[in-house]
Amino acid sequence: MSVQKFVVGNFYDEEVLFPAVKKVRRAGYKIHDVFTPFPIHGLDQAMGLRDTSLHTAGFIYGITGTSTAVGFITWALTLDWPINFGGKPFFALPAWIPVTFELTVLFAAVGMVLTFCYLCQLAPFVKKDHFNPRSTDDTFVMALECTDATNEAEAIKFLESVGAQDVTVMEKETGWWLGRYDHDTMRFQKSTNA
Amino acid sequence: MASLRYESQVRQPLVDGTKDYHQVTEDICRPVEAKPSRLWWIGFLVSVALLLFGVVSVAMEVTYGTGQWNLNRTIGWGWDITNFVWWVGIGHAGTLISAILLLFRQGWRTGVNRAAEAMTIFAVMCAGQFPIWHMGRVWNAFFVLPYPNSRGPLWVNFNSPLLWDVFAISTYFTVSLLFWYSGLIPDMATLRDRAKKKGAKMFYGIAAFGWTGSTKHWQRHEALSLVLAGLSTPLVLSVHTIVSFDFATSIVPGWHTTIFPPYFVAGAIFSGFAMVQTLLLVTRKVLSLEEYITLEHIEVMNKVIVLTGSIVGIAYLTELFMAWYSAVPYEWYAFKENRLNLNSPYGWSYWIMMGCNVLSPQIFWFRKMRRNLFVTFFMSILVNIGMWFERFVIIVTSIYRDYLPSSWSTYYSPTIWEIGFYLGTFGLFFTCYFLFSKYFPVIAIAEIKHILKKNGSNFKQGMGQVESESLDTYVAKHVEDGHH
Repeated sequence: MSVQKFVVGNFYDEEVLFPAVKKVRRAGYKIHDVFTPFPIHGLDQAMGLRDTSLHTAGFIYGITGTSTAVGFITWALTLDWPINFGGKPFFALPAWIPVTFELTVLFAAVGMVLTFCYLCQLAPFVKKDHFNPRSTDDTFVMALECTDATNEAEAIKFLESVGAQDVTVMEKETGWWLGRYDHDTMRFQKSTNA
Repeated sequence: MASLRYESQVRQPLVDGTKDYHQVTEDICRPVEAKPSRLWWIGFLVSVALLLFGVVSVAMEVTYGTGQWNLNRTIGWGWDITNFVWWVGIGHAGTLISAILLLFRQGWRTGVNRAAEAMTIFAVMCAGQFPIWHMGRVWNAFFVLPYPNSRGPLWVNFNSPLLWDVFAISTYFTVSLLFWYSGLIPDMATLRDRAKKKGAKMFYGIAAFGWTGSTKHWQRHEALSLVLAGLSTPLVLSVHTIVSFDFATSIVPGWHTTIFPPYFVAGAIFSGFAMVQTLLLVTRKVLSLEEYITLEHIEVMNKVIVLTGSIVGIAYLTELFMAWYSAVPYEWYAFKENRLNLNSPYGWSYWIMMGCNVLSPQIFWFRKMRRNLFVTFFMSILVNIGMWFERFVIIVTSIYRDYLPSSWSTYYSPTIWEIGFYLGTFGLFFTCYFLFSKYFPVIAIAEIKHILKKNGSNFKQGMGQVESESLDTYVAKHVEDGHH
């Protein structure tokens, strides 16, 4: 957890945002993140983010569910306590397909959601800074990372030149902490008031 | 960007009016942030009262045993399992809209998916009550789970459709809940960042899980939604298939048919869409969301109703034909004497089913009817009555006369506690729905914004003008200009 400085610009139209992202990257600035109110297809590629591996994780969870179901039922009904149900074979694989399928889906879904929450660090009572409360409403907020070498005035000017509005330098806690949104004011609220 | 996207000239806008992103947020958050209306309170309190009646009915059944219901040795399943299958079926429309239509890239789903998914979850909650309380000694309900026990351990029978049901329904509930809630997280963040009151800040702050709208998070969120949709699609088909196996794998005449899985799934979607119509027609009116849940949505759902209703109709006729063609006297007797024959004790229920499910939806072949709100509302109720009777017909008319005429049942009618239990699940369902419509955004805000720019502007310039101006004036005006 650390507080860092960012140059933050607001966009109101994704058709301005897209070329801006490209220009900002070409100019050598490092984009910390773009906060958007809804998913914008292609923005991740434009920002140079790698594709997510969440699908692969889901596949692995699914396979785990399948093998858990088949393995457990086989053990329970053929080894641990074989019971004769109407003279049918103990190893009645076709009859186990429904439960196996359900467990595959269950493991994959639960596993993926938990992984998603872990990767994005989402949980109840988790608190995070984001620069502009309107970024969950109608504003696309681009934040550039500032280092000691960054000329902030120049970065602000550049962001304005690519179409950003109300560009400011803001501080943000980059990690998360436990807290409630009704207790302490958020950092972005402090800095916008200042 | 716009030039990269092809947009049909005949596709009508998904969201009516001209709106920007902020307007969408305002419109959908308004009912959540406003004080509940008097109408809301009346509805909510009536629902809670029904729920309490249900609690009393269940308490009676638990205290005095299942003898409080009019079930007997011949009719072992009556209203309870009828209601169970009915509620599970209703749940299916939500998953169809949120999952299958997502895979089919149907943009219109965004207007209705949130409410339909919520409906799914509440309906499955109601459905689950029936098999659980039907167990009688409900404190032993956990026996259905394969846990290490001191009886051997004696494992549950994985070859039994009733156990498949346990896994299917609980998985379906869990996955629907996760799918619904993961979609809700960004919208909860929207409400959190708008909240002014302390209580709202706290509630939506907790519920939003610390969502910020980071691009990387959206990328993962999209991947998650897509895979969950991919998983839910076979899941929703499997659930009602497995419910139908409860019947189809038995050797009871009237149940022992291979057509049951597709027939049940179609019926489930049919009744589910009817319930979505019932709820959304009221919701859009009360919360003034007519521009988001448009007449277009209503019409499309009515098309699904006429399609699935007709599939159900074909299934009824097929099973009837097969009962005769199979030349099994018991099978044919169950259909001819227990169902078709109006003078038999339950013949009336078969014809109510036929009338409500097969004949009445045919009215939706007419565009005027599909776009008439009163007709739609009336039909949605009728279809749900019909689908309740379908399950009643399948269950009761098949078992009340079994192989041994001496144990043919006397007339089965429910006791007040069976009826109370059923009404109680209505109470549960609507209590949940009222709370949902008050505290949660009933329309997926982020998803609506995502499709907002595909708002049919081509339609407004093209076919929309044709429709409003009449073709002749349109052609006279535009074709000579060299536009086409």
